[in-house]
Amino acid sequence: MNAREIPTAIRNGETTAKEVLETYLEAIHNREEEIHAFNLVLEEEARNEAERIDTLTAEGENLGPLTGIPVAIKDNICTQGVPTTCSSKILDGWRPPYDATIIGRLREAGAVIVGKTNLDEFAMGASTENSAFGPTRNPLDTTRVPGGSSGGSAAAVAAGFAPLAIGSDTGGSIRQPAALCGVVGVKPTYGRVSRYGLVAFASSLDQIGPFAETVADAALLLEVISGHDPLDTTSIPEPPLDLSTALTQGVEGLRIGVIDELSGGAIEGISDDVLECLEDAVQALTSAGAIVERTSVPSTVYGLSAYYVIAPAEASSNLARYDGVRFGPRVDAKTTSEMMVATRTAGFGDEVKRRIMLGTYALSAGYYDAYYGKSQKVRTLIMNDFANAYKKYDLLLSPTAPTTAFPLGDKTEDPLQMYLQDICTISSNLAGHPAMSVPFGKGTDGLPVGIQVLASAMDEHTMFRAGAVLEASNQGKS
Amino acid sequence: MTDDILDGWETVIGLEVHAELATNTKLFSSARNVFGGEPNTNIDPVSLGLPGSLPVLNKKAVELAIRVGLALNCRVQRSVFARKNYFYPDMPKAYQISQFDLPINEGGWLELPDGRQIGIERAHLEEDTGKSSHVGGGGRIHEADYSLVDYNRAGVPLIEIVGAPDLRSADDAREYVSELRSILVAIGASDGKMEEGSMRVDCNVSVRPHGNQEFGTRCEVKNINSLRSLGRAIEYEARRQVDIITSGQKVEQQTRHWDEADGRTHTLRSKEEAFDYRYFSEPDLVPLDPSLEWIAEIQESQPPLPRQRRIDLAKAAEIEPTDAALIVQKDLDEFALSVIKKGADASRVLVHLANNLADGVGHLTVDAFATLIHLETNGDLSATQAKTVLADLVDKGGDPTQIAADHGFEAMDTSELDALIESIINENPDDWTAFVQGDAEERKKKSGFFVGQVMKVTKGQADGKVVNGILLRRAEN
Repeated sequence: MNAREIPTAIRNGETTAKEVLETYLEAIHNREEEIHAFNLVLEEEARNEAERIDTLTAEGENLGPLTGIPVAIKDNICTQGVPTTCSSKILDGWRPPYDATIIGRLREAGAVIVGKTNLDEFAMGASTENSAFGPTRNPLDTTRVPGGSSGGSAAAVAAGFAPLAIGSDTGGSIRQPAALCGVVGVKPTYGRVSRYGLVAFASSLDQIGPFAETVADAALLLEVISGHDPLDTTSIPEPPLDLSTALTQGVEGLRIGVIDELSGGAIEGISDDVLECLEDAVQALTSAGAIVERTSVPSTVYGLSAYYVIAPAEASSNLARYDGVRFGPRVDAKTTSEMMVATRTAGFGDEVKRRIMLGTYALSAGYYDAYYGKSQKVRTLIMNDFANAYKKYDLLLSPTAPTTAFPLGDKTEDPLQMYLQDICTISSNLAGHPAMSVPFGKGTDGLPVGIQVLASAMDEHTMFRAGAVLEASNQGKS
Repeated sequence: MTDDILDGWETVIGLEVHAELATNTKLFSSARNVFGGEPNTNIDPVSLGLPGSLPVLNKKAVELAIRVGLALNCRVQRSVFARKNYFYPDMPKAYQISQFDLPINEGGWLELPDGRQIGIERAHLEEDTGKSSHVGGGGRIHEADYSLVDYNRAGVPLIEIVGAPDLRSADDAREYVSELRSILVAIGASDGKMEEGSMRVDCNVSVRPHGNQEFGTRCEVKNINSLRSLGRAIEYEARRQVDIITSGQKVEQQTRHWDEADGRTHTLRSKEEAFDYRYFSEPDLVPLDPSLEWIAEIQESQPPLPRQRRIDLAKAAEIEPTDAALIVQKDLDEFALSVIKKGADASRVLVHLANNLADGVGHLTVDAFATLIHLETNGDLSATQAKTVLADLVDKGGDPTQIAADHGFEAMDTSELDALIESIINENPDDWTAFVQGDAEERKKKSGFFVGQVMKVTKGQADGKVVNGILLRRAEN
């Protein structure tokens, strides 16, 4: 059953929220030990919530568009009274005294929160191997990574642990794992979804978004979590999205540009099987009536370099609050500053430390202009290039990730190789634009490939039109 | 060190004043902004910098900041918040949200009561920190057994007013701060209480030989808690620097700590140890771009500033604006104007307000005060009697005429007074001759003598002016 069929089925009495939940809990019992998608399964809380929903539904109450749908939440999103760890030892035992805005919206819409999913520590990584609680494995091939940093959420949906999941995307952390796990993942326009309660990695790039098995389900979840929030100043003053008509509208007449640089052009390392899938996607969109051609977005080649200055710079500041003073574990020492150093040394993993150091350096007096200042200029350049491209095209297209899922341990010794996983996704974060990954075809290893649909700011609607067409075509093939 | 060590030297002072803005809630959250309270009761996820929390800008704080900017003749402009990064236990996020290269107010001036204009470089918005108390080890963080942190103050809105190095003496500095304080209080931006820490002064001091155009190396002095210590700290610091230079050494750029107890400044950190704050634009907040309409609205509703109030009072009382300063500073100018408007003698009104109202007007009403002044100027009450009645009016209120009667302050019959003066003249014929025949100076001296004698007999009940009138009349006849 697709996620969007669940509320109707419950309302019609064909099933109950409890029954739905038990199906997913059974899947979790069967495979979670092997996959490790979750840092915490909220079995009891979920059962209570499902029962509450069933009672209210029996009383004739209409609980909203997500009634009885189990949803998995990335463990960097605050849940009141429930541990929120960011997969870091430094938040061990911390229970937020408040819910993130989107958690409130999910509860109001009738969702059942099944657990908190694993991630690369503080969302820094592309394989979910940088977790203090151990890696998540790809449900399609457990010798492979699920991608990251929202690997736990992607794996949860791919493994059937939950039909919907929430992730966060700073440089590709929803789209890349979606591609590697063969599910749909969406990074909305920056400001479309409130960040209140999302533990910040890089505030100007972070955006919460949905994972789902289908494009329609992803749309359903995005509709619920989107919309203005007065608690997030950067949230866009717009009502929640309504994507219902996009799903059936088709792409007839849409102009779509394939980003040359990311499709075998300037940037190397995109594997041939992925490029073949991209060609198939172009064919599919063309036969559905779109006008598809290659185009250049020249500054995308600098995206990765700019990103690895801006994101660590913001992270170095955002992660400074983990000092052992107010919350989380504390390593005692003789003086306050020694205590802070000891706490941070013990609490953070290597990748987090690496990025804090990178970012601190980039912001330092004497280096600011050369690194942070210059990266901001690149960011502006990327925005301009995208703006030019969208004068000509309604949408842009590229692969989501350079390869299919890679083996665990393959890139852990080489941070640069790991960073290259985000080469296709990063520019959307720098520009603040929406982008989604839709499964399309398979690599030579039989693992799924994701195709990325990019749209201009606020144009999720057109993006979902193409996403739905790609999905239908992909299903037709297999 | 002697006082003359400063001879030939000029002290150059620039002040950075932090004032807490009088909002109901904090700069970036709905936690309450109140002084005192049990530790850690006025807090929320934002005040504590909890993971996932985000700042939301307080509109009232922006309005007050604009008021300050307008009052200080600044350009009010589009501004950007920035993060100032440093680790300290009372700094919840390990960064302070402040403004750096684009402050909300820039380039203004403050006019001292004597008319001199002191430059204002900027006045920007930022959040306050919490408060640490270090237990044991003499209250210093490094030797303390443990430290406690109260985050009630964390996130309270501050305006930081950076003055140009235009001040030249401790007196200048005190006048500047006291004028600034009056302005902040007048426009309702801050309560300006230095003793509660809602107004704090950091002070940049350098010295140079008189006539030199170049600035000397400056030191920043922190921990100044009153106007008095501001003056002391500047004088100490100027002497210390002159001492260093005259002994052939160089002043080192430092941040120094004023110690109220020993009356000295002590090294806090040198230039090399200065923090690298790694400022960058705060990504959690959008740029602050107040509309021209809003700024105009704020300007229109701006209450009169102390400078204008001094001018208004001076005009009504026919005095110099500098002489109106004390009344304005005491916030009694509006009261004075109302009394003067009722026809009361302005100079008597000001004398009483300046000297005889240490604790404010109390129960004194405009009408009662005007009546009292009339009684005094009519000669019905002497100055001393008027002062006594005034004290009662402040204390309990009431009718001045009745109070005067209750005290037995009947205006003396002039014929009675005349007879008394005649008998005093008869008892002191030489003095009388000196009064009648003497020059102006001699006459003044002798009039003082006669008035004194009359006061002695009447126990201060007579009106000096009336006595003088009688003496003159008799001398001319």
